[in-house]
Amino acid sequence: MSRPYIPKVVTANALLEGDVIYLTADDRWSRQHHEAELIEDEAHAQMRLLHAAAQKSKVVGAYLADAKAGPNGPEPVHFREAFRTRGPSNYFHGKQETAAQ
Amino acid sequence: MYTYSDFDEAFVRARVAQFSGQVERRIDGSLTEDEFRPLRLMNGLYLQLHAYMLRVAIPYGTLNPRQMRQLAHIADTWDKGYGHFTTRQNIQYNWPVLKDVPAILSALADVEMHAIQTSGNCVRNVTADHFAGAAADEIEDPRPVAELLRQWSTDHPEFQFLPRKFKIAITGSPNDRAVTRAHDIGLRMVRNAAGEPGFEVIVGGGLGRTPMIGHTVRGFLPKADLLPYVEAVLSVYNMLGRRDNKYKARIKITVHETGVDEITRLIEERFAEIRPGFGGYDQELLAQIEAAFAPPVFRTAPTDAYDAFYSADPVFRAWADTNLARHRNDEYAIVTISLKAHGETPGDATSAQMRAMADLAERYGHSELRISHEQNVILPHVHKSDLPALHAALAQVGLATANVGLISDIIACPGMDYCALATARSIPVAQDIALRFDELKLEHEVGPLKIKISGCINACGHHHVGHIGILGLDRAGVENYQITLGGDGTETAVVGERAGPGFAYTEIVPAIERLIHAYLEQRTEPAETFLQTYRRVGLAPFKAALYPAEAAQNAA
Repeated sequence: MSRPYIPKVVTANALLEGDVIYLTADDRWSRQHHEAELIEDEAHAQMRLLHAAAQKSKVVGAYLADAKAGPNGPEPVHFREAFRTRGPSNYFHGKQETAAQ
Repeated sequence: MYTYSDFDEAFVRARVAQFSGQVERRIDGSLTEDEFRPLRLMNGLYLQLHAYMLRVAIPYGTLNPRQMRQLAHIADTWDKGYGHFTTRQNIQYNWPVLKDVPAILSALADVEMHAIQTSGNCVRNVTADHFAGAAADEIEDPRPVAELLRQWSTDHPEFQFLPRKFKIAITGSPNDRAVTRAHDIGLRMVRNAAGEPGFEVIVGGGLGRTPMIGHTVRGFLPKADLLPYVEAVLSVYNMLGRRDNKYKARIKITVHETGVDEITRLIEERFAEIRPGFGGYDQELLAQIEAAFAPPVFRTAPTDAYDAFYSADPVFRAWADTNLARHRNDEYAIVTISLKAHGETPGDATSAQMRAMADLAERYGHSELRISHEQNVILPHVHKSDLPALHAALAQVGLATANVGLISDIIACPGMDYCALATARSIPVAQDIALRFDELKLEHEVGPLKIKISGCINACGHHHVGHIGILGLDRAGVENYQITLGGDGTETAVVGERAGPGFAYTEIVPAIERLIHAYLEQRTEPAETFLQTYRRVGLAPFKAALYPAEAAQNAA
């Protein structure tokens, strides 16, 4: 029996600022993880990744990251992805800073 | 210090103009990321976890106050008001946006600085002893040779596409403060039987996933042969180095696979071939460079005020005991300004601190600053009578921490707080260790101890040569920290030994605390350092302290 597919989000860095971005179901790039499209089908994930990678003038280094459903939308699974949703732990910089503004 | 020739100036400006065009074409879509990536890396621009990162070279760690102020200006104008000094004597800005990078490079060019060859498979920033030109134990200032190597390696047509990156370190002292044995080429100045200065040439050292201590391929190389000899080493590596496997591409693997005798033979053979082509121009150029590094005019003044202050003020005394090193001129001292205030990020300085250090270098330090691979800032020439005033001024900007060489003077790479390659965080581990030992008020009692932390196997934090090394890994989706013991980055270099299974993030600081208590119990006297104790008693008592449950089981 094959293992169940771990849901994914498509994530990348924005070309101009380098900030972490996520692909939404309506084809926008959001700065917020919880707005990402949670992809539960492997074939669909590959299609979405191709779609993302084709946007060469907007995004850099698109990839699929593990995620899970949460009350406010998708949440990261791995600690690396959790750090990417916030910013560094030594200073209040990055997304945590913009979220507080 | 060296000032740019017209050629240097034109070269750096031309590169800024080129890269400005490349950024423009990337933004308008004419260049793809695959095309742009190698171009940006050639100019020190990385894309990290949260943002771009610009790595700026500080050749052989030397800066003047004007350059330091410009680094502060860049931090304020295009970044978040601080910079991170690295183990390779570079400074990294963590938050530039793409369109601003050309302006930053242009601002760097205004003060004779650049970010060229701070990435990519080329000869990187040549690092040097941070006490160069000042240390009491030094044979000669190694920086003129380092500058010669910088000029020679910059845009060298033969060495722009090496199998892998290539790092050279150089020291003018027999006591190695530049970790030369863990570099692709390490150059350590020694004297021959006739008393002439020359270099021990060490090849094939390196840390990373396959840590290796370099091998001496020439015990004594006359100074005049240095450039052709280094070129011969690069040339042999360029031919033999593996391009089929990134993990086997560094020269340490080439040396390992080829054998020291054979690689030495090949280097000597190539050297004999190219040496006649060096007609002496390199030596003329070196002589010009040497003139630019003439020592400052040292002043003569009484030092009694220093002695009186030293006996009277315990805070000053504690700082003087840890942060001063012996200068070649007895009236002077070498001052290390700690960028390791307890709880702060190792190697970070705010723009205000950078400006303060620039001002103090002008007022008290013959306008010289150095960056050390241990992520501190050095004022190499301070007259002892100025030390009390300097210390007071440093205290006002949070730069008077008296901990150089102690447990809280930790090297830490940026780790997963910034780096895209990292597998775990390093900075908060360093912060927590420093805070904990400050709270215990133990660090002066513990004495000299080097903790070095890397957030991945690539070992930017030099953990293999830490007396205590900490390596952060990802174990099944959780941060996990491995401890190595007994490493040494000096002329008696040794790769540390793995102590056993790793520790979770919340367990690593208590584990270090147990190690330190074991050391305090084991040492014969306070003067016996951690490393000496470790060498005397070996791993066993430390292992027992790290893993008490296993130790109890074995005893039962």
